[in-house]
Amino acid sequence: MQEVMVKRASELMADGTVVRVLGWKNGEFAYDPTPAVFESAEALNTFVYNDFCSSNLSKYLIALSKKDGKTLVFLKPCDSYSFNQLLTEHRIDREKVYIIGIECSGKVDEAKLREAGCEGILGIKSEGDNFVVETLYGDKTFAKADCLSERCTTCKSRKVVAYDEMIGENGEVNSECGRFDQVAELEAMTPDERYEFWRGELSRCIRCNACRNICPACSCEKCVFDNPNSGIAQKAAADSFEENMFHIIRAFHVAGRCTDCGECSRVCPQHIPLHLLNRKFIKDMNECYGEYQAGEEAGSRAPLVSFTQEDCEPSIVYEREASK
Amino acid sequence: MKKISIDKMNELFAAIAASKALYMPVCDGKKGAKYAKWSEGTEYSQAANTSRSAKDFFFPQVEDMASFNVNGKEIEVIDTREECEDFVVFGVRACDAKSFDILDSVYLVDPVDSYYANRREHGIIMTMACNKPTDTCFCSTFGIDAANPMGDVSCWTNDNELFLSANTEKGQALLDSISILEDADDNAADDIKASIKTILDKLPLAGLSADGMKEKTLMEVFNSDKWAELSESCLGCGTCTFVCPTCQCYDIRDYDTGHGVMRYRCWDSCMYSDFTLCAHGNTRTTQLQRFRQRFMHKLVYYPENNGGVFGCVGCGRCLRSCPISMNIVKVMKTLEG
Repeated sequence: MQEVMVKRASELMADGTVVRVLGWKNGEFAYDPTPAVFESAEALNTFVYNDFCSSNLSKYLIALSKKDGKTLVFLKPCDSYSFNQLLTEHRIDREKVYIIGIECSGKVDEAKLREAGCEGILGIKSEGDNFVVETLYGDKTFAKADCLSERCTTCKSRKVVAYDEMIGENGEVNSECGRFDQVAELEAMTPDERYEFWRGELSRCIRCNACRNICPACSCEKCVFDNPNSGIAQKAAADSFEENMFHIIRAFHVAGRCTDCGECSRVCPQHIPLHLLNRKFIKDMNECYGEYQAGEEAGSRAPLVSFTQEDCEPSIVYEREASK
Repeated sequence: MKKISIDKMNELFAAIAASKALYMPVCDGKKGAKYAKWSEGTEYSQAANTSRSAKDFFFPQVEDMASFNVNGKEIEVIDTREECEDFVVFGVRACDAKSFDILDSVYLVDPVDSYYANRREHGIIMTMACNKPTDTCFCSTFGIDAANPMGDVSCWTNDNELFLSANTEKGQALLDSISILEDADDNAADDIKASIKTILDKLPLAGLSADGMKEKTLMEVFNSDKWAELSESCLGCGTCTFVCPTCQCYDIRDYDTGHGVMRYRCWDSCMYSDFTLCAHGNTRTTQLQRFRQRFMHKLVYYPENNGGVFGCVGCGRCLRSCPISMNIVKVMKTLEG
């Protein structure tokens, strides 16, 4: 796959279609590639694509599409939903981007290897459906399926929804992915239990803003939480109220725009399952306003910004509570 | 040197906790470990390191500094400082123990930071040698020996015994106060140290040296054209600075309580757009400048001002938690390459 991608990128640079390539650069270890821009064919020597290239590259296109010339980007299925959503919000200039869609069968969460006791990792070899992890303390073999990121185990779609050309077969939407199962479990809790669950998770927050800064839906030029003049700027959550509010406000702000790419949970250094907040909104919107997937089509109108006569009344909240 | 059987670890913890609050790494039910207060039933975690650093004990993320009560034209200033009680932190790794020296060099020089000094005076550090250092460890780059951690008391463990050796008066007093400890030969932990040494030599970052940084002048490093590619995908989040045991910058803010002001300080990050924001605006307006500042501070400015000591201890937390896997190791290798 990687060779095909590099070859195609070189061709597109050579024929002048694009002037730069956005992809991933190999890292220090087997598991730490970094998103990178390549400006020449020689630079592509360090281009890498493997099971650890988790980063969603779409958000970088906001800045890159303002530069001169076209940028080639490789988009995985979930990244392409973010791309469409950014197009909908007029954040990216489509004419400045050339997209190669790439198939994806899920990315590996290095933290899961650590969780399974892998420390002192020296190398990771892919052997069919397994990984052989060479460590200072002996080799370990894992089924790839057991090391996938949580978001990949409930992957909503393997279909690249925006591309100029594809490498590999395009996949299908999976409506049976079960991504709302955990939300349903939370809904089944009593309010006290649910509060307890979220306090347990959100009290771990260190307000590093990784979730916000990686989020393709969080593309404000100046976040209200960073603006000293807003009156609610926060550098650290001073108490439990602020810990909760930052995440709740953020979830509200991206409601209807969040494509469920799962980057927020992937990057959280405290492993808070932030995607569950967003999924709750998505699930509610699906139930109240009809199925809607942000980013499926560029230009689609989100349920929260398009009024119809059939929209549910706000009292739906009480009816839903009563039916429980 | 003292020793105690591994079976009696809990008795040791109980003996310490009888007179002082005792903290140690515990599994946090997720990936990794965190520091928690010991009580009967708490299980000590031998994880390579905690997700957050140990600096929180002396330099917490948020702390109140003073409060002001406003009544008409009268303003009452209330000093919120309180003498803190003695506490013990057990299981601190060599890298984190060294980070306290770096924080001390900032907070305990004139003018002394009384908030920090208060906690530091009352804290007793019991370090633990690293039997299983991991791939992201590079403390030896900065002259730290994971087989011989410092702190007030150094500890070593194998499957059977825990060995303890005091390095300071505070540490000696603590060990003297625990009657269940037995005497041990001064070389009792030598086998453990030797086995750790063997592993340290095999770590993937074992040969990493920071000396190349010293061969270049400040302006050469500052003006390097490598900063552009290094910083191009930086998200500008504060993860690296907040998990870092040596990042020491803070902001002071006022919280309007409705009838006065609570003045507090909280960790700040040089990665943030309003870091060092002044009346005239900001001196660093791009992420490249902000990114460069962090690494210049650790690898150039701090050593220049502190006899060549680097402002990094090689704990590897930033290697594990950066959302885009950019980190100080990649920066050092790229700048020197």
